[in-house]
Amino acid sequence: MGKKHKKVVVLPCSGIGKVFGALARETMYELLEKTRPGTVATTCLPLLVIKDPEAVALVTENPVITIDGCPKDCAKKSVEALGKAVDKAFEAIKFYKEHKDLKPEGIAEVNETGCKLAVVAAEEVAKEVDKLAAGEVA
Amino acid sequence: MMDIQVMKVGVVSCSGEEIPEGTLCRLACRKVLDERPEETVTICLPLFIAGGEEERTFASNYPTITVDGCDKMCAAKATEMLSGKPSKRLSIPEILKKHGLKPPTKLRHFGPEEEPAVKAVAEEIARAVDEVLEEE
Ligand code: SF4
Ligand code: SF4
Repeated sequence: MGKKHKKVVVLPCSGIGKVFGALARETMYELLEKTRPGTVATTCLPLLVIKDPEAVALVTENPVITIDGCPKDCAKKSVEALGKAVDKAFEAIKFYKEHKDLKPEGIAEVNETGCKLAVVAAEEVAKEVDKLAAGEVA
Repeated sequence: MMDIQVMKVGVVSCSGEEIPEGTLCRLACRKVLDERPEETVTICLPLFIAGGEEERTFASNYPTITVDGCDKMCAAKATEMLSGKPSKRLSIPEILKKHGLKPPTKLRHFGPEEEPAVKAVAEEIARAVDEVLEEE
């Protein structure tokens, strides 16, 4: 059993112009507002790019889960660029591959079906959030 | 000789996950990109860190407008640090103030209530695109 954590940071890439970037973002908001409010925290990913001290501290002092919209893995690599390994990395397309009946559409924000997929995705990510918050190895 | 190559303007949005202005920024940028596909181009901001040389030359390849959700100005700073000096740096709080609009209060699922703000920001970005195209 590792150290327990009050906060687990979830960082989506928010890829602009890519449906799975938008799905990653929607999944994070679902976790933040509905699935695990109070436990899940986030920050603006660009703050890590400019090395904002507060955002860097949040990410380096807490467990981090990334959700990326394509294999370029920007969220994961932005955390790794700070010398921190992510605790769990997801690619948003995985959620669609497992739930082909929920095809997300839309590139700035996902459509209604995409929002439904985000609810399902958030439940899956929440399992990792719980493990990390409890100090279990993911 | 006249250069008749069609010039594109780069529009780089901060993603601003943490505050409603970040969502506004992203939606307004997307609106302009969709309405002006021949004249605008974008890049996912974190690619300046996570991408390769090709991505980092973005701001040298295109005159670039950055749009930021707050005074941290992440898009402007990241573009300047990692790619090249932006031609224009827009800020959502300044645009909202100019138009006498209140900042949005939701992080997601914008609707009719947020529409005037999205429209006003998109108009300012489109104006900046026109200005950059005229200058080039
Ligand atoms: S991981 Fe892909 S979709 Fe997400 S920000 Fe990077 S390039 Fe864009
Ligand atoms: S400029 Fe502000 S809203 Fe945008 S990413 Fe940076 S901190 Fe977030």
